[in-house]
Amino acid sequence: MKILGIDGSGLVASVAVVEDDNLIGEYTTGYKKTHSQTLLPMLDALGTMIELDLNSIDAIAVAAGPGSFTGLRIASATAKGIGLSLGCPIVLVPTVDAIAFNMWGNSGIICPIMDARRGQVYTGLYSFSQDGSFNVLRQQCAVDFHDIAADINARGEAVTFLGDGVPVFKQLIEELITVPYRLAPAHLNRQHASSVATLGAIYYQNGECDTAADHRPEYLRLSQAERERLEKEGKA
Amino acid sequence: MDTKEIKILAIESSCDETAAAVVINGRDVRSNVISTQIPLHTLYGGVVPEIASRKHIERINQVIEQALEDADMGLEDMDAIAVTYGPGLVGALLVGVAEAKAIAFAQGLPLIGVHHIEGHISANYIENKELEPPFLCLVVSGGHTHLVRVVDYGKYEILGRTRDDAAGEAFDKVARAIGLGYPGGPKIEKAAHEGNPNAITFTRPKVSDGVYDFSFSGLKSQVLNYINGAQMKGEPVNDKDVAASFQQTVIDTLCDHAALAIDEFGMDKFAIAGGVASNQTLRAAMEKMCEEKGVKFYHPSPILCTDNAAMIGAAAYYEFLAGKRDGWDLNAIPNLKLGER
Repeated sequence: MKILGIDGSGLVASVAVVEDDNLIGEYTTGYKKTHSQTLLPMLDALGTMIELDLNSIDAIAVAAGPGSFTGLRIASATAKGIGLSLGCPIVLVPTVDAIAFNMWGNSGIICPIMDARRGQVYTGLYSFSQDGSFNVLRQQCAVDFHDIAADINARGEAVTFLGDGVPVFKQLIEELITVPYRLAPAHLNRQHASSVATLGAIYYQNGECDTAADHRPEYLRLSQAERERLEKEGKA
Repeated sequence: MDTKEIKILAIESSCDETAAAVVINGRDVRSNVISTQIPLHTLYGGVVPEIASRKHIERINQVIEQALEDADMGLEDMDAIAVTYGPGLVGALLVGVAEAKAIAFAQGLPLIGVHHIEGHISANYIENKELEPPFLCLVVSGGHTHLVRVVDYGKYEILGRTRDDAAGEAFDKVARAIGLGYPGGPKIEKAAHEGNPNAITFTRPKVSDGVYDFSFSGLKSQVLNYINGAQMKGEPVNDKDVAASFQQTVIDTLCDHAALAIDEFGMDKFAIAGGVASNQTLRAAMEKMCEEKGVKFYHPSPILCTDNAAMIGAAAYYEFLAGKRDGWDLNAIPNLKLGER
């Protein structure tokens, strides 16, 4: 089974092709260019290098959110266009889950944090069992950092932080976290399409996928206009 | 000579319409699917960019699949994929651009980025098979007001443009002021039918250092001042007269500019395009002006005036013939200038 993984949820742009237990190729950049300028040229370059026949792809796994709204849409539209062309399904992989999966086999709790602006983080809590199975302890969500910090402290286990929110919330981590914690290093601490594809393969085998037409990002947040309209109506 | 038909799948998502079309040789439209979001944005009194972007990605594959089905063709029949890459709302544009690039990439087809205004102008080619450059074109829509000399296919000279609000934007704002709601264009036109266009005198907006340029922001202020003034004096405001007088002032201004350009450049063909070009009163006035000058008048059907992908396919054909091909790094350019590459 061959899965194409795509992640455009943050600053990182990443594409990968995973076939069963083999990562055939991955191209990841953490550079300021927009995903519109990076994702497809990277897939083109990767495909040339690994002589990829797109028709051999069984499914496309996308980090579908949360993340930068525009980045999510560029990744999703890229997947949807390829999916429409090839007639292959799309597997929606929660962004935070995929980042946590970078830390496969790690002991303790895994806590990815992405800067969600407005004082919030996109986060979730995860762990790996002895047999390597992946446990979602707290589903990905958009919350105040104090909220997730209190949750972590209450669980009383050592925690590993990773994600682009770490540098932003470093001071709060130091101030608020009372359990032993560590920060993941550069080669693991951001989005990787290989993790998206590997996790996507598991979901796909469980029958969790959409048609390319039905696939859409999962923003975890309403648009500002919708939020303000609902608040206004709530008050009225 | 190669008589091969060039089939283009075109995609448009620059504002609040998700659209796809199949066009052969730039003029033969085999399908033209438009999924509008207007009812959704009506709740907010105008287009909300983030909501527009979200709706585009939810609808885009269905719209493209419908366009292929209506044309009774598959992607394998296409010779190129075309997409609007600007100007427009960046988040909205990016959905179409990323989708078009991915389809072209997976299908091994050339990719052609198209300027949205070039698309509007090219809408005139679809129903007027004999129309060829050079001609003059007035593009009037919610986002644009351009008086353009079409020198050749893909070659444009902008004679005038709006310095502030687009004509359609002024319609929207005035409609809001007199309580008609969004979208303003059709609502003002409807109200104006029952009003007197000579009831209120608004000054035709002029731009001192640009004879072909437009400025509609001042006209909108005149309308608002008129309404406020009447209310302060306790005088009743006849909304229908306001709509009719405002609309007439916009139309007179557009006609004046067009007539001046026809004379200066000695053009024998004049076309209108864009969403506001479906305004019947504007069409009639332009037609009359052209008739008086002995100039042939062209205008697209309303369905080709609104944002659509058939017009993008029409424009793309001539870009295709000119050898334009875009790379996988094609980006959306929200303020793309006409004639820019």
